[in-house]
This record gives sequence, C-alpha cells and structure tokens, in this order.
Amino acid sequence: MINTLTSPLAALGRQILGMLAIVGKIAMFAFDTLTHLIRPPFYWREFGIQLIHIGWLSLPVVGLTTLFTGGALALQIYAGGARFNAESVVPSIVAIGMVRELGPVLAGLMVAARVASSIAAEIGTMKVTEQIDALVTLSTHPMKYLTLPRVLAATLAMPILVAVGDAIGIMGGYFVGISRLDFNSAAYLKNTVDFLELWDVSSGMIKGAAFGFIVATMGCFYGMNSGRGAQGVGSATKTAVVAASILILATNYLLTELFFSA
Amino acid sequence: MITLTDVHKAFGSNKVLQGVNLHIARGESMVIIGGSGTGKSVALKSVLGLIKPDSGKIEVDGQDIDRAERDAFLARFGMLFQGGALFDSLPVWQNVAFRLMRGSLKRPNSEAREIAIEKLRRVGLKPEVADLFPSELSGGMQKRVGLARAIAAEPEIIFFDEPTTGLDPIMAGVINELIREIVVEMGATAMTITHDMTSVRAIADKVAMLHDGVIKWTGPVADMDDSGDPYLDQFIHGRAEGPIEAVR
Repeated sequence: MINTLTSPLAALGRQILGMLAIVGKIAMFAFDTLTHLIRPPFYWREFGIQLIHIGWLSLPVVGLTTLFTGGALALQIYAGGARFNAESVVPSIVAIGMVRELGPVLAGLMVAARVASSIAAEIGTMKVTEQIDALVTLSTHPMKYLTLPRVLAATLAMPILVAVGDAIGIMGGYFVGISRLDFNSAAYLKNTVDFLELWDVSSGMIKGAAFGFIVATMGCFYGMNSGRGAQGVGSATKTAVVAASILILATNYLLTELFFSA
Repeated sequence: MITLTDVHKAFGSNKVLQGVNLHIARGESMVIIGGSGTGKSVALKSVLGLIKPDSGKIEVDGQDIDRAERDAFLARFGMLFQGGALFDSLPVWQNVAFRLMRGSLKRPNSEAREIAIEKLRRVGLKPEVADLFPSELSGGMQKRVGLARAIAAEPEIIFFDEPTTGLDPIMAGVINELIREIVVEMGATAMTITHDMTSVRAIADKVAMLHDGVIKWTGPVADMDDSGDPYLDQFIHGRAEGPIEAVR
C-alpha cells in the first residue's frame, strides 16, 4: 500500500535527480570550455570559420524574422493604442520592444534553431564516426578545436546579430507605420530616436551575448554526449535545440529582472 | 615496448576486459583477433588513453601511460580507424597533414602539403586526390587516406582498427600489403585488431586471441594453425561448434 503511494514520488525524485545531474554536467562543461580560453593553443582559423557560419550566415534568418515581427508589432500597438487614443506611441513602443525584448529573444531562438542543431548534429556525427577520437590521437584537444571556437564565435557574433536585427525590426515597424498607419516619416523616425536610450540597446546586446553562449554550449554539449547511430545524433540535435530555447527564455526573464526591475 | 598487465574495464554491468595481459615487443606486428564485442577496440583505445581502464597497468617503454606527458606520448602514435574517421570539413591533404599543421610538429602549409602528397603517393593515391573532400572518395580510398594520415608524422607505433572491414577482397588485399610494407619499411611497432583471417596472415608477426575479456592464446602467426587451443581453433576455422558460443 505504502509502495503504491510512494512509487510516483520516487519516480518524480529520480527525474529531478537526473535533471540536476545534467545541469551539473552542463555547468562543468561550460566551465571547462572557458578555462581553455586562457590555455593555449587557440585555433584562430576555426574561430574565423565559426564566426562566418554562426554570425554572417545567420543574418538572413534573423533579419527576416525581425522585419516581419517589427511590422506586426506596429500593427498590434496601433490597434491596442487606438482603444485609449494613444496611437502616437507606436514608434517608441516598437523601438523599445524590439531592442529590449523581441530583438534579442527572436535572434536567440532563431540562432538556436539554426546553429544549436547544426553544431549538435556535426559534433554528434563526428563522435559516432570516431572523428573525435581521431582528433585526440592527432594530439588535438576536442574542447579547444571544436567547442571553444564555436562558443566564443557565438558569444561575440550574437550581440552584432541582435543589433542588426533590432535595426531591421524597427525598420519593419517604420515601413508599416508610414505605409499602412499614415505616420509621417520624419515624425516616426524622430519619435523612435528620441525615446530610445543607450541602455535599451546595450542591454539587448548583453542578452544576445548570453544567448549566443547558451546556444553554442548546448549544441557542443549534446553533440559531444550524443548516443550511437542516426537515432543518437537525431536525439542529441533535438535536445540541444529544446534545451537552448528554454534556457534562452529563462535567462531572458532573469536578465530582464536584473536590468529593469524597479 | 607495450605491456598491458591485468587490465579490467566494464561498462555498467558489462565486463568487457577481465584481466588482459599482453606484451608487444619493439618492431613487432601484433594482431589481436576475437569475435565482435569481445573488447578488442576497448583494449586498443585503452592503450591510447581514449578509454580509461578500471584497473590494471598499461606501460609504453616501461612508462605508465597515465604519467606520460600527453602530447609527447600521442606524438609517438599513428592510428588507422575502422571507418577512416577522416574530417569531412577538410580536404584530403589537410586530413593527412593534420598533425603537421598544428601543435609541436607544426610546419609551413606548403611543406605540410608536400609531405601529405608524398604520403598519399606512398599509399597508391595520385596527387589529384589531395584537393578532394573525403565524401568524394570510395571506401578503399578513404582507408588509404586514413593510412596516409596514420604514417604522416612517421610514428614509432601504429594501430590499425579493423583495417579491411567493408572492403572487397582485392582492396582488402591491397590494404594488407600496404600495412605490411609500411610497418617493415618504417620499423614501426604495430597493433592491429581484426577478425579477418586473411589480414592476420598477411600482417601479423604474432597473434593474440581475446575472448571473454582475457587473452586466451598468444604466439607467433606460424604456430596459429597448430596451437591446440580450442578457442583459437574454432575462431580461425570459423566453426559454429566449439567452446565459443555462437548466437543464432
């Protein structure tokens, strides 16, 4: 009788312990990655390649996402603001909303989908085809050669992606504002610039750096710990994207609390 | 040169190595045979430090591998992996010259490329192959590139993991011949794991039979057919009946 009552609790306890163990492993993995920053050698060529893969090649995805979101945001704020005669706040709310929240979060989620999956699949495949073992036998540390360049490139590229995404998102709102909502072009731009503060932009970029670190760390961690065969790599890829996305949203809340709570 | 003493390794409840004792002398070509899943790869990877044994001692030239300086230790080894394990993102020549382009053996790219092309030629591949990517090569060519990479830095010890798996008999024969020639020519110590008996006869000076996590028999390849060991006998003749249980 007691067993029947306690077995669901035991199962829940096992799940929680398992989850805590993974959190611990990820934390140790991230720490290990960072320690390689101060231990030579550093593979500059790999870092450059990853900057292009993660930063440059993610620009179209981030740009398109923020462009449409900026436009939709302008329409929504206009419709909502019309209920209490506050249509004029569209430029400032679009700008603040984009740079503080939507720009970094959307860029983070899109890069998570594009980059965490690709890193996990690539490193996972390297693991199952013994390429990671081959690296070790060729006197090359996999954390230095594979993980550090990706994590560093994502951490440095994301703030720039966020800044570009912010600008394109605001531009999306501007286009909708002047073409569909009858805003005056000069007034829209003036309102946008007047209400934006440097901290609005830089806080979003700091968030971007944190999200970039999360995306690449999740991709590398799950790739390095991938199971065998196609199923193992598939599972690692899926888990990397899901974990990165959830961590981005959780970290976004924590950073917003830290930066903007009264 | 390489000595394994009472090496144990388990993965969960699966005891793979249960006290492996083996000695490979300098310049000797030792082939470890045994069925699938008997721990041949685990034994080989334990020597390289890719897998850490639960207990026992592994020494290279009398030095415990755990105490050796890692980079210097690995610089003495070359390895041909079962599937080639070539890096997909790099062209063939950079795969071959990988060790020569970074770390303590680093040299200018042009020199590394020259050495890579020379090694490719040594394994019977034309210089044009150098700029192809691994995905553009056949299985046999990938094995040759893997072999060229294994010998690129002229190591003292070369490991071969199932060198002929997945190849047709003619290509397998070519790879076997190449391995034998290269090992003799370089005077290297070789450790090969395989269950291909043609490979064993072509490559080995000595043979060790691994079964149930221990070395059941070891001796010169010439003595293999008259060993009188029932395990070895069943294995080399491919009999379903015998002390080794065949799962049907």
